[in-house]
Amino acid sequence: MSDILVFCETAGGEAKSSARELLGKAKELADGGDVTAVLLGADVSGDGLGDWGADKVVTVSHDALASYVPGAYAAALSQVVEDASPDVVLGSASGLGKDLLPRAAALLETGVGADVVDLREGDDGIEGVRPLYAGKCLATVQVTSEPRFFSVRPNSFNIEDIEAGDGDVEEFEADLEDDYGYEVVEVTKTGGDKPDLTEADRIISGGRSLKSAENFKIFDEISDLLGAAVGASRAAVDADYCPHSMQVGQTGKTVNPSLYIACGISGAIQHLAGMRTSRVIVAINKDPDAPIFQHSTYGIVADLFEAVPMLTEELKGFLAD
Amino acid sequence: MNIGVLLKQVPDTETKVRINGDASGIEEGDIKWIVNPYDEFAVEEALKLNAALGEGEVVIFSLGRPKTVEAARTALAMGAHRAVILDDDGYLGSDAYGAASALAKAIEGEDIGLVFAGKVAIDDQNFQAPQIVAAKLEWPHVTNVNAFDHEGDTALVKRDVGGGTAEQVRVALPAVLTCDKGLNTPRYASLPGIMKAKRKPVKNLSPSDLGVEDDVGADNAKVVLSDYTMPPARPAGRILEGELADQIKELVGLLRTEAKVI
Repeated sequence: MSDILVFCETAGGEAKSSARELLGKAKELADGGDVTAVLLGADVSGDGLGDWGADKVVTVSHDALASYVPGAYAAALSQVVEDASPDVVLGSASGLGKDLLPRAAALLETGVGADVVDLREGDDGIEGVRPLYAGKCLATVQVTSEPRFFSVRPNSFNIEDIEAGDGDVEEFEADLEDDYGYEVVEVTKTGGDKPDLTEADRIISGGRSLKSAENFKIFDEISDLLGAAVGASRAAVDADYCPHSMQVGQTGKTVNPSLYIACGISGAIQHLAGMRTSRVIVAINKDPDAPIFQHSTYGIVADLFEAVPMLTEELKGFLAD
Repeated sequence: MNIGVLLKQVPDTETKVRINGDASGIEEGDIKWIVNPYDEFAVEEALKLNAALGEGEVVIFSLGRPKTVEAARTALAMGAHRAVILDDDGYLGSDAYGAASALAKAIEGEDIGLVFAGKVAIDDQNFQAPQIVAAKLEWPHVTNVNAFDHEGDTALVKRDVGGGTAEQVRVALPAVLTCDKGLNTPRYASLPGIMKAKRKPVKNLSPSDLGVEDDVGADNAKVVLSDYTMPPARPAGRILEGELADQIKELVGLLRTEAKVI
């Protein structure tokens, strides 16, 4: 039995849907222990998180938490953790989670098992499994200090039904400073309303065979239909077809979707490293010898400029039914 | 102002990973070691800022295996002034917290006004040490920086936060900034640079020099990795056959009924 605290990221003052995966897994691992959800922000609401398994919900609403300021978030989270003294603290290995959790844990002089793709009850309590060398191998990760922090790669768990918790909400007064030397001056949307690659459940990616930045528009409609993020291989990024923020692979983003569609990507070891944990991989490539086919669930040997529009049309009809 | 750079040596991205005999790590025998690619952006940005300031030094900080001095020499050949390396058996088996605690102490000893690091080391992809260094120094940190402007006692930076969103952040100095691709184009070391690097000062500090004996080494690690395995092989894929239009129909059907992902 373990008490588990889950740091839930928020959007518009409420927990993001990614919190469901963490809370659901926490409920399973707690084995009768308490699952506590923590939400930080300027004005956050923790209502309804009992449905996702939270026995307790701690909210911290403070002006210093209006936007993500690492020092403020780390101070607030570490204070909540100190007060609740759980056995385990979970957060998402999202961009924000990877930025925050090491700093928050350092304030408590404890360790973080980073980017785990599995969590289980081991001989010495809860432990994780994490990919290393960009997924070229895996290792068991144990945290020997208390509490044990783990950041969890998004979409690692297939959570179906969750046993509801009481979800009692409690406001926590954090002791925060006015200034952490970090001010968000401006936020700009550059890529429309696409999901974040590292958190996306579906991804469609293109390689150098796309031949131009313009040609990446071939993914506009299909990505909207699927609610997918658009990614790219390093070759496409190096050729300036896409910004580096879209690069999937060892020197780009590591992704973990349930569906990854690789179009015109040969499957270099560095690219495979970034997406090999995808549940289903579809490869579309005109070269039947492309290594990507050895790693894909389904392969189509064809020119992507023919296959992608056809797939888009097929999905349009299919998803409309 | 002196500018610090955190540097790590990592296996080349082409490395084929093999697990060692007792599954406690990987075979390191034939690995080609390189400077972590993101750290090159950190070195370049430090050199550019140093040139713009016209004073101060660029100091490399690196903790690691005995060859870490090679990584430091690479940065010195690019133009950094001197290096502080933490190369001692006492550091072996340190976790991110231990390594960062030692690096923070080393930084404290060198009158550093700003630290650049790579956003992530591509070997363990831990994404932790720079943030812990910042926490230890009680400095702010900004991760994933892809644009940097120095403005007196602050810096104005841009960062990618994912999902097609970018942020502009004003950060008070001293601070730790982690560098993303797009920030700059790292220079190559010139031949004279490589010759000069051989005579540049490299200082090695042990755990007791830094007073971090209780934080570093395998015995003090709070995070322990074991039981290394190769990832499970993916079941053999299926190459669809027939007319393209039929393949597409079949694919959509499979994604729905067999894979259940749409």
